[in-house]
Amino acid sequence: MSAPLNISRRTFLKATALVAGGLVIAFAIPQAKRFLMPGADKASASQDASKLPAPNAFLRIGTDNTITVMLAHSEMGQGIWTTLPMLIAEELDADWSTIKVEHASAAPEYAHTAYGIQITGGSSTTWSEFDRYRQAGALTRALLISAAAEKLGVAADTLRTENGFVVSDSEKISFGDLAETAATLATPTSVTLKDPKDWKIIGKSTKRLDGPEKINGTAKFGQDVQFEGLKTAMVARSPVFGGKVKSFDATASKQLKGVQNVVQVPTGVAVIADNYWAAKQGRDALKIEWDLGDNARLDSKKMLEEYRALAATAGLPAAKAGDTQAALAKATTVVEAEYVAPYLAHSPMEPLNCAVKISDDGCEIWTGTQMQTTDQGAAAKILGLKPEQVKIHTLFLGGGFGRRANPAADFVSEAVQVAKAAGVPVKTVWTREDDVKGGYYRPMYLHKAKIALGEDGMPTAWEHTEVGQSIMVGTPFESVMIKDGVDATSVEGVADSPYLKHIPNYQVNLHTVKATIPVLWWRSVGHSHSAFAMESLIDELAHAAKQDPLEYRRALLKDHPRHLAALNLAAEKADWGKPLAKGVSRGIAVHESFGSFVTQVAEVSVDKGEVKVHRIVTAIDCGLAVNPDSLKAQMESSISFGLGAALFSEITFSEGQVQQSNFHDYQVLRMKDMPKVEVYIVQSTEKMGGVGEPGLPPVAPAVTNAIFAATGKRIRNLPIGSQLA
Amino acid sequence: MITLNINGKEEQLDAPDDMPILWALRDVMQLTGTKFGCGMAQCGACTVHLDGQAIRSCVTPVSVAAGKKITTIEAMQDDKVGKAVQAAWQEIDVVQCGYCQSGQIMAATALLATNQAPTDADIDAAMSGNICRCGTYPRIRAAIHAAATKLA
Repeated sequence: MSAPLNISRRTFLKATALVAGGLVIAFAIPQAKRFLMPGADKASASQDASKLPAPNAFLRIGTDNTITVMLAHSEMGQGIWTTLPMLIAEELDADWSTIKVEHASAAPEYAHTAYGIQITGGSSTTWSEFDRYRQAGALTRALLISAAAEKLGVAADTLRTENGFVVSDSEKISFGDLAETAATLATPTSVTLKDPKDWKIIGKSTKRLDGPEKINGTAKFGQDVQFEGLKTAMVARSPVFGGKVKSFDATASKQLKGVQNVVQVPTGVAVIADNYWAAKQGRDALKIEWDLGDNARLDSKKMLEEYRALAATAGLPAAKAGDTQAALAKATTVVEAEYVAPYLAHSPMEPLNCAVKISDDGCEIWTGTQMQTTDQGAAAKILGLKPEQVKIHTLFLGGGFGRRANPAADFVSEAVQVAKAAGVPVKTVWTREDDVKGGYYRPMYLHKAKIALGEDGMPTAWEHTEVGQSIMVGTPFESVMIKDGVDATSVEGVADSPYLKHIPNYQVNLHTVKATIPVLWWRSVGHSHSAFAMESLIDELAHAAKQDPLEYRRALLKDHPRHLAALNLAAEKADWGKPLAKGVSRGIAVHESFGSFVTQVAEVSVDKGEVKVHRIVTAIDCGLAVNPDSLKAQMESSISFGLGAALFSEITFSEGQVQQSNFHDYQVLRMKDMPKVEVYIVQSTEKMGGVGEPGLPPVAPAVTNAIFAATGKRIRNLPIGSQLA
Repeated sequence: MITLNINGKEEQLDAPDDMPILWALRDVMQLTGTKFGCGMAQCGACTVHLDGQAIRSCVTPVSVAAGKKITTIEAMQDDKVGKAVQAAWQEIDVVQCGYCQSGQIMAATALLATNQAPTDADIDAAMSGNICRCGTYPRIRAAIHAAATKLA
């Protein structure tokens, strides 16, 4: 890691003086490793630096010593507002108290180093920026040293950096005092990154930089955007997905005080008002006749029956080895089971919103988004502008969980349409009901498995069929993510399962259902249902084989050291095998996702049908933990999010309509339901993985496996709800 | 026009009687620290104090607040208990996305104002109306206990 990086070959860098004085470090990496979107490399930083538009800053040093870090990714709770600056501050030897943070604008230079578009997702921010942000810090440090050498008339190699200063034997100069000189110097062509043994910040728990403003109410979210002339807009949308406005009568709405205008937009009818309350009342007063379209008879119970029928047929092959049918036919012990996970809404605490101001030569957008350049492109297309004429201001996201990363740019496009139709700056606001009923759900999935066990109790053949909607069909990611009809995110966690690698005969099949319910990635994507199916099935096999569920996993995963490390650490910390309080039982699950390996042991009791999760012990191997306390917070967060879904949450359809509307019927985890959580980090020098999502997939099966241990009842459908009553 | 006492100041607001306090604070007074989450007293993001009691401002019309004192997150640093709660929040690094935290802090402050040593069961009872989708619950619990210890 301390080897010099040849920047001139890999990156385009530039140091420039700010108008107001200071130093700006800007650079882009022309060669991303892989691209999610075809053609993204062309839109991204080009091979030829001279063709680049004005590069965007990653770091600014002001003459007042403030160091401003620009985030290419969005802060939505996961803590990168702190973690990415830690990378820069480490290499720069900055004074941590002088660090300020801003969201970057939307521009190709901020493209994800692996995905090629500007996106916050896939639990990828920290590992994907680990080199780029450290390089920015190291380069800046080199420039500041050169500037000090020039000022002091000494050789650069006699100087060192320390807590915001360049230091010689006799003098010290602050970074701010060197910023203007540094900006005039030629940028180095290579820098040497610190040896990990010299790290002072990376690997140390560091408090959140966005803590204070989120505690005193001053942090600004999209919902908080206000400026002179900005109106509030609320859109009445079809009660059935795909429905269209036939006609509407806005007479009563327009008579209400505070309502300024009512306009039709592609998604429905928008009420433009002075404030939220007037917009809400104006929308309630609208009379709209809808053409409900083809989804008017949508019924999730019937859909599940259709899924079940499909699962009895072959489907498209997603993974295959040996001769599964033959092995199953001659097996003496066969375990068969069906697992179902429902549609789920993300329901971030901050309902969706987006402010738009259109001017003669461009457009400005204020919102919390996980996909800036996608939203920018969508807005530009609607307005007939070039993407660079659309300026995106990213505010703090009041939760994202995938909902604010929409390839269809739904809430941004709609806001642009409303602003365009209304002719005034508007902030579209969604109610909670709009959010719950508004689609882009985690799709419902059915898993059907038939598994043969050998005489030693180990699986010898595994047939696994999945049925569900693809989140990639119809998006720009389709051509990359769907191969031979199989959406990789539909079968992740199954087709690539380490358990299958141990079995001579296996076959994973997929039926992709052509439903028109809007679906999207939901925290941990396909793993959110595949881990439930796989880890429950493994538990079923262990019990069928009369073996301890931990030992059974250890045997199957003996060639997977990172799974084993997480498994062993969690089991040890949870005192697996030792007695528990009366009525309390344990369940275990282990799952890899987003490059990290997580085990959870749940302690659960069931009393009169009520499930109580007392404690969850979790262990993760994610390689290097840049900010261990932030990692722990993400594990607590994933457990809460996954447990709430497992216990309570589901979106269902009847007569075409979503049957849930707000937190009273779309239930999520509350304080009283939250178990004690203990997080343990495997000390690991393996490849870095993510931490925002991998803590979620094992929760549901760890809990349902514990329920089986407690009651003998196998939960095969989520949510658990009142199934034990 | 309606007169409301907000954070110790008498304010004249051009707001209809049925407008929820939440929207009077946010859209009329530009006090955006109080958040909208559900609009039906299900999530607690909009929690403010009315004469010291935690209320859900999204379902409480401004007419109810006439002659009473509204206190919001913006004034918590001037409140002895509120300040201790905020300090504990910072110490334990509670926040994630942060959107629900104003409401959490207002609910926790109201709890500690009347119960100086809340048990876990007290915390469950007082705080289960405040949803956090980021799952900061274990840290909220720890911070409430820490603030109680500091205030004792």
